[in-house]
Amino acid sequence: MPGGVGLVETRRAALFGPDRPFELATGERLGEVEVAYETYGELNADRSNAVFICHALSGDAHAAGVHEGDDPDRPGWWDNIIGPGRPLDTDRFFVICANVLGGCKGTTGPSSPDPETGQQYGLKFPLIQVRDIVEVHRALLAELGIERLLAAVGGSLGGMQVLQWSIDHPGEMDGALVIAASGRLSAQNIAFSAVAREAIMRDPDFGDGDYYETGKRPDRGLGLARMIGHITYLSEESMRQKFGRRIQDAEMPRFGFDVDFQVESYLHYQGQSFVERFDANSYLYLGRVMDYFDPFGDPVHLQEQISGSGTSFLVLSFDSDWRFSTSHSREITNELRLAGASVTFREIESPYGHDSFLFEIPDYHATVSTFMDRLADEAGIAGG
Amino acid sequence: MRFDLEIVAGMVGTGQRVLDLGCGDGELLETLISRQACEGVGVESDPEGFHSCIGRGVPVTQGDLEKELPATESESFDVAVLSLTLQAVRRPDRVLAEMGRVATRQIVSLPNFGHWRLRADLTLGGRMPVSELLPYQWFDTPNIHLCTLADFEALVEETGSRIEKRVLLDGAGRPARGLRSTFPNLLAEGAVYSLVTP
Repeated sequence: MPGGVGLVETRRAALFGPDRPFELATGERLGEVEVAYETYGELNADRSNAVFICHALSGDAHAAGVHEGDDPDRPGWWDNIIGPGRPLDTDRFFVICANVLGGCKGTTGPSSPDPETGQQYGLKFPLIQVRDIVEVHRALLAELGIERLLAAVGGSLGGMQVLQWSIDHPGEMDGALVIAASGRLSAQNIAFSAVAREAIMRDPDFGDGDYYETGKRPDRGLGLARMIGHITYLSEESMRQKFGRRIQDAEMPRFGFDVDFQVESYLHYQGQSFVERFDANSYLYLGRVMDYFDPFGDPVHLQEQISGSGTSFLVLSFDSDWRFSTSHSREITNELRLAGASVTFREIESPYGHDSFLFEIPDYHATVSTFMDRLADEAGIAGG
Repeated sequence: MRFDLEIVAGMVGTGQRVLDLGCGDGELLETLISRQACEGVGVESDPEGFHSCIGRGVPVTQGDLEKELPATESESFDVAVLSLTLQAVRRPDRVLAEMGRVATRQIVSLPNFGHWRLRADLTLGGRMPVSELLPYQWFDTPNIHLCTLADFEALVEETGSRIEKRVLLDGAGRPARGLRSTFPNLLAEGAVYSLVTP
């Protein structure tokens, strides 16, 4: 894709260690935390142009550009929104994206070695919450010498991190962009999450999460979990358009229990390619992070934190998203407004379901651009 | 700012929580927020107006006000504003009732379809009137529920609200004086009302 950020690399920062362990919201401690992150654009002299990207469940630090030796047609996961002239304009903004705590893409998670035993954590990794993920992001910013963000941006679980961040640390960001997110998972969401978790944990190769040294991984379970997840990321309409009832590699159905329809083949591919790049334990931990997320649980606290924080919120949903439907975004909008926040809300028309936030949809990008321009103008950031 | 909006801004007062339904480019809300220390939020269906609001730093929901209103918390605002928009909604009666539910005061401005020139266009000319305030042809107009000031006041009475204040407008949207206030339903081009729900 022309005009992107070009060649980039993932860097690592050791943020917590033996002399300074990381304390989780539950009080538990992690002896070491390392974070993988990427940055695009330049931090300005007064350090006022930083934009932090929070990624979703299966994302990573590689949000934009290409790595050395990679296929130039397969840039980072959110390349279409990050780059010169794009809504998150790297000619004006210093964009940072970090792999989340509990992940498996370079940041400490259940597949990292426990410094106490030298063995990989597995299920001995402590249960984490969205606010723990946020605290690690903040530690990275401190390391980079950034005290305040122009904006934090995220879709899905990423939007949930932005929301938690804006509530826990009011005044740390001018703008909060909460996209296709939820302030509270519905029973249906938790139900899907439960089935995905069961798929992994019932896989005979799961071995209570200690599969790292057995030479076997719960690939079947993880693949199945991803297949279920993927169904919830697409809309019925997008599946109809993409696959219909077409038969894979044939004109006529073969009639049998093997993969026959194109949609089946697609799901299999999604499941299979996912197990090559993702850790089953990370999937369990991050899924649970979403299930328990409840930043609006204490309305009094919310109001104390939010009112007068000076943060402007942009809440966006997509009309074909049934995983976190517009009602989730409306709830976020209402809760924040009742607490006294300045919130702009829009439901974008799009056929792509929950995945819409990853697509280059003109209405969507126009709104993000306009919002970012306003933040930049207010902060006196040149260009645009 | 448009004259009728100046009048609306004057009626709103300071430090109020304001919901502006059909807020357009957000000019009124920006003024209320910056000059009158109000907290405000708008509803606008047109994407261009919605983006103008963002550009002004005015919080806004993009959407159809008749869908957004029912989703709004009861008594969550001091004032709900509906400026030159009542005639374009599908159910003016329901919109007024909903405004009464979400806000203690409602400020509504509207063109007067009872104005003598419009009456003359229809009665003598036999054609649907076109004026400065109502510049559309009958087939492309967004104004699907035009009414006279007398019609509107009758509806207000029916909903149980009370007219707290009324400012009549002339053709330029300025406060009207003289004869217009003697025969408002015939001579005023429009009006801004402040209503209170008991």
